[in-house]
Amino acid sequence: MATITLKSLAHSYLAQPRNPQTHPQDYAIQALDHVWKQGGAYALLGPSGCGKSTLLNIISGLLSPSQGEVLFDDQVVNALSPEQRNIAQVFQFPVVYDAMTVAENLAFPLKNIKMPKAQIKIKVREIADLLELTDSLDKKAKNLSADQKQKVSMARGLVREDVSAILFDEPLTVIDPNLKWKLRRKLKQIHEQLNITMLYVTHDQLEAATFADEIALMYQGKIVQFGSPQELFERPNHSFVGYFIGSPGMNFIPIKKSEEGKKNEKDKGRVFYQNISLAISGSQQAALKSCHSTNLKLGIRPEFIELSETYEANSFPASVLSVQHLGSYQLVVVDFAGLEMQVRVAEKMQFSGAGVYLVFPSQWLKLYIDEYLVGEPVLVNKGDYKSENHE
Amino acid sequence: MNKVPNNKAWWLVLPMFLLVAFSAIIPLMTVVNYSLQDIFDQNTAYFVGVEWYQETLRNTRLHDSLLRQFGFSFSVLLIEIPLGIVVALMMPTRGWQASAVLILLALPLLIPWNVVGTIWQVFARGDIGLFGWTLNNLGIDYNYTSNPLDAWLTVLLMDVWHWTSLVALLCYSGLRAIPDAYYQAAKIDRASPWAVFRYIQLPRLRNVLVIGVLLRFMDSFMIYTEPFVLTGGGPGTSTTFLSQTLTQMAIGQFDIGPAAAFSLVYFLIVLLVSWLFFTTITHMEKSDNGNKHDK
Repeated sequence: MATITLKSLAHSYLAQPRNPQTHPQDYAIQALDHVWKQGGAYALLGPSGCGKSTLLNIISGLLSPSQGEVLFDDQVVNALSPEQRNIAQVFQFPVVYDAMTVAENLAFPLKNIKMPKAQIKIKVREIADLLELTDSLDKKAKNLSADQKQKVSMARGLVREDVSAILFDEPLTVIDPNLKWKLRRKLKQIHEQLNITMLYVTHDQLEAATFADEIALMYQGKIVQFGSPQELFERPNHSFVGYFIGSPGMNFIPIKKSEEGKKNEKDKGRVFYQNISLAISGSQQAALKSCHSTNLKLGIRPEFIELSETYEANSFPASVLSVQHLGSYQLVVVDFAGLEMQVRVAEKMQFSGAGVYLVFPSQWLKLYIDEYLVGEPVLVNKGDYKSENHE
Repeated sequence: MNKVPNNKAWWLVLPMFLLVAFSAIIPLMTVVNYSLQDIFDQNTAYFVGVEWYQETLRNTRLHDSLLRQFGFSFSVLLIEIPLGIVVALMMPTRGWQASAVLILLALPLLIPWNVVGTIWQVFARGDIGLFGWTLNNLGIDYNYTSNPLDAWLTVLLMDVWHWTSLVALLCYSGLRAIPDAYYQAAKIDRASPWAVFRYIQLPRLRNVLVIGVLLRFMDSFMIYTEPFVLTGGGPGTSTTFLSQTLTQMAIGQFDIGPAAAFSLVYFLIVLLVSWLFFTTITHMEKSDNGNKHDK
């Protein structure tokens, strides 16, 4: 059991990586600082190839990082092997020892640490009951179905109690959706029982949100945001978080500080998309004032756009391109002055024509400068997340 | 629908049939034919029934030869299979070293049998051969031309030198087919190197080992050239294996009939032993696959 600290960690798969400042593309992981607290249930979320498996293998000791340090509590473990770090890890594809029975598979890690036989038996039985493997304990592992193999694989990870942490590398990829749900809840229960740090790598936001208390979202070798699922949803720190979290992701409107060729006193506190002017908050105006970048975007989630067929104050006309009925809600794709936007509305809403009006509530309209969120009112008591651009 | 009976397609089997006939069936039947006759010269032959077979089964010279053959083949398997596995486990897995080792290992396999015999014939000589000279100077009385045990060991050593590479290469390919994840999982589970070998590597080598055992058994059971070149089967009959006994009979003594009967028995023995190996191993696999409750 340990708190895992990553200190300015970087990793490159190249033999001779160039300077990380000038050639970030050489690095699978870039200058990463992070703390995984003892006993937490964390998810490492990100698209394929963002470096999450690399990070996991560095923590477990299967990979040695090119730069930086990994600490378990106060001990630097860079030079220690996985067995010395006392880590359990479950891999994406089931790894079972073919020649053994399920019971022998589960007993294997315990046998290797020389636990007494009687104790092994009790422990194996316990973990098999937990994962509903009791009936197949005497079967040869190679005759199991893929999802059962993965259960065996997971059980082997969970069977040792004294581990520093358990790492899961997309463990539910091969398992069918119904069982996935059950196993995820099982893992959560196990976590509550054992109080072991668990780190769960996935590219599925739903999986991450149901398993973890806090999610670290990785993008291009960096953790771009770390927070609760709600924080990731409501205040995406980076435009990629907005795009990646939620289904569908955030809508982005490219904006300019002022309308082309005109400078008008009454435009103060507004930004422009083509010739449409949008109001922004005071703190957003302040952030905008001091920046010179032209990479400016407003982001708003499809859930927060209000759509109606009648004109109201501060609403903008748009035309409906398509409507998908998705059961509990409908997804409307609209054309907002040449920009395709997605809006989520209640299933019962009916459309008579193609013309609609959109309202963008100001508290959900987020401002991104160079892809990072700015101009948010500072939250109190939320130590872990910064709203300011930290580059 | 009206079905038209048309069996002309059977003609398409004809080329295959002819090919097999000329390559296997006709030669084999010729041997069967010889084995039933007593042949004096081209025009004089008598039908003798199964007499040659009876004689073959009673011939003590052949019995000795057969025992010697089994002893040799099993020694070959006992040495080459474990040694091949050990070599494969120690081979580098990547980089130029891997290619270099692969080429080095493949070299003996490219050398013709009689050349191997000649190399060892010279190499093991006490006067000018490095191997024999070194042994003699170390105080070991080694002389393959006069000591039957030395001759037998030299033939064995020669076979090990020539063919262990084959087993090693087969095992190497089997080991490379094991995904990295298995080794990683074993590391995480704190498996000892022995446990990794016993529970991960060995079970996955089984298929290539079946091939290795069969190939090495059949080949060593047919060994002819190397002992022939080395000592001509001597000293005495210590390295006269089945194939050489057969040749002596057929060509040396021109006993075509008994030699034909003998070669058919020889063929059946190879077939039988290979079949035994094969069924034992597949049976092991089956009982492995079977649920323990079923038994």
